[in-house]
Amino acid sequence: MGRKLLFDKAHIEGIRYYDVYRANGGYGSAEKALKSMTPDQVLDEVKKSGLRGRGGAGFPTGMKWSFIAKPEGVPRYLVCNADESEPGTFKDRYLMEFIPHLLIEGLLISSYTLGCNSCYIYIRGEYAWIPDILEQAIAEAKKNGWLGKNIQGTGFDLEIYVQRGAGAYICGEETALIESLEGKRGNPRIKPPFPAVKGLWDCPTVVNNVETLAAVVPILRIGGDEYSKYGLGKSTGTKLISACGNINKPGVYEIEMNISVEEFIYSDEYCGGIANGKRLKACIPGGSSVPILPANLLLKTAKGEQRMMTYESLADGGFATGTMLGSGGFIVLDEDQCIVKNTLTFARFYHHESCGQCSPCREGTGWMKRVLQNIENGKGKMSDIDLLWDIQRKIEGNTICPLGDAAAWPVAAAIRHFRDEFEWHVLHPDEATKRNYGLAHYADPLEIAAPAAV
Amino acid sequence: MFSEEKLNKVKEIIARYPAGKQKSALIPVLHLAQEEFGGWLSAETMDYVASLLQIKPIEVYEVATFYSMFNLKPVGKYVFEVCQTGPCMLLGSDNIIDYIKKKLDIGVGETTKDGLFTLKTVECLGACGYAPMMQLGKHYREHLTPEKVDAIIEECRVKAN
Ligand SMILES: Cc1cc2nc3c(=O)[nH]c(=O)nc-3n(C[C@H](O)[C@H](O)[C@H](O)COP(=O)(O)O)c2cc1C
Ligand code: SF4
Ligand code: FES
Repeated sequence: MGRKLLFDKAHIEGIRYYDVYRANGGYGSAEKALKSMTPDQVLDEVKKSGLRGRGGAGFPTGMKWSFIAKPEGVPRYLVCNADESEPGTFKDRYLMEFIPHLLIEGLLISSYTLGCNSCYIYIRGEYAWIPDILEQAIAEAKKNGWLGKNIQGTGFDLEIYVQRGAGAYICGEETALIESLEGKRGNPRIKPPFPAVKGLWDCPTVVNNVETLAAVVPILRIGGDEYSKYGLGKSTGTKLISACGNINKPGVYEIEMNISVEEFIYSDEYCGGIANGKRLKACIPGGSSVPILPANLLLKTAKGEQRMMTYESLADGGFATGTMLGSGGFIVLDEDQCIVKNTLTFARFYHHESCGQCSPCREGTGWMKRVLQNIENGKGKMSDIDLLWDIQRKIEGNTICPLGDAAAWPVAAAIRHFRDEFEWHVLHPDEATKRNYGLAHYADPLEIAAPAAV
Repeated sequence: MFSEEKLNKVKEIIARYPAGKQKSALIPVLHLAQEEFGGWLSAETMDYVASLLQIKPIEVYEVATFYSMFNLKPVGKYVFEVCQTGPCMLLGSDNIIDYIKKKLDIGVGETTKDGLFTLKTVECLGACGYAPMMQLGKHYREHLTPEKVDAIIEECRVKAN
């Protein structure tokens, strides 16, 4: 069994409630931080831990926290990003539903470190039942002196509020989230200024993912040095992976970042292999935005090394032959799945979610969707494949926020690795509407498949 | 108009933000209004929310039109919001959508003649591991099969009577 830091107590009955959480060591880290450490000492532990943002970008959390501006007399805010809308990702939901106090404790320690007295949890609107769970946990924590005024007699004050979104993926982007929290449309802001200087109501603000903030609890419990010994290299600690698609055991798993992709997919401790005895065709390991990889490149890097569940190993080879750990939304496709169809659903998603501020994103995502629809419906032309490539290239890097890139990458990767399947759709329109292309050579040993960088 | 109880809830929401930042309450209050006033936001409802928060009606329209959870026209009593994004598609969401269409004899975005059911397709709701799925009111219905859809429809019909 892999070592766990977040879900080590998740199996305990009633862990959702304060009494059980507390009886099992809960709020011990908060007690340690607030009563025996200065904010700077806590920050040092977080830096030493090597913790990186779990929302997708993997930015070092300690460094992010050290950027927060501290002008005299201006409040600072901590915002917890619980928007969780990247297709394939459902890990924060699990954490909030089953161990809400872990998040509340993490928010308390983090707010103390940053010097924030108000903290907002921004949760996607569709998770409509979770605010009740969080608000109950907040009320319990308050009743027991962990929130409110003069927490545990330390003189530190903190209120935590839960704010529901209303169905907009873009509000997961931190500046769009801030706009939404201010009661506006979720249009991302141009950076700089960064939220650390000018965020919520123009005050210094830190936005972190649910899992990132919860991870602060075990870091304080075991110490930053010890935390950094979990995992491999710069991928320290554990990571929640939400696994879905054609596998035997979909669900949320906490992994230590030192196991191989192969172990994650095939071992009974995790996904339990491909469902219905089928073979693995492809995988999108970090949420819909990251490049899809065919089975061979997924399990081994282009250099022939075992691919590991770490930020570095998944990214090995860049976009030519690698992908990204992203948000940990691990989507598995079996041999019967159609890459064109899958890519089309993502293109439709990004088109639907584009906020419309930048023309390359607004127009490009719609155009890609329509071209993909044509190919999928047997009305595609050979030139459409190059057209798609061209459109995605013109979106990437030319937009205000990274949603444009996120829309471009899945299309680029699908064409890069599965061009033959797109061509087959175009050349055999009738057949392509009746059956799928199948596995082709994607699961063959590596030597024939490593494509040149494009 | 909100009841006394709901007005207190609105006050409680506004109190979460610093003085003068009551506009931040807009999305939570729109959720409340949609629940209270028949599952959608009419122009009158939006104007009422604007007056409660002391902001301009246009500020409310801008927001209500941006977020997909706000309905700007009437919907059925039960709205089936079926996810159709990649992970759900891989596990057969297309079949579920087709099944509901046939069973209720409506297209996507339409409401049954008796006003009971509306079918919507939505994008990933964060339940990909429990696919195919749909949202029904406050909760998710996961691992959908035609049999489960039948049971859900029956359940709604019973509740509506
Ligand atoms: C389009 C888009 C959607 C995003 N959605 C989320 C999200 O749902 N949850 C999240 O934590 N971060 C999301 N992010 C990343 C946030 O902007 C931000 O980097 C993150 O919340 C920082 O937290 P972390 O450092 O703890 O990961 C998204 C970014 C983009 C560009
Ligand atoms: S890239 Fe797309 S989502 Fe991001 S700001 Fe531009 S239009 Fe909006
Ligand atoms: S794809 Fe349907 S819930 Fe995520």
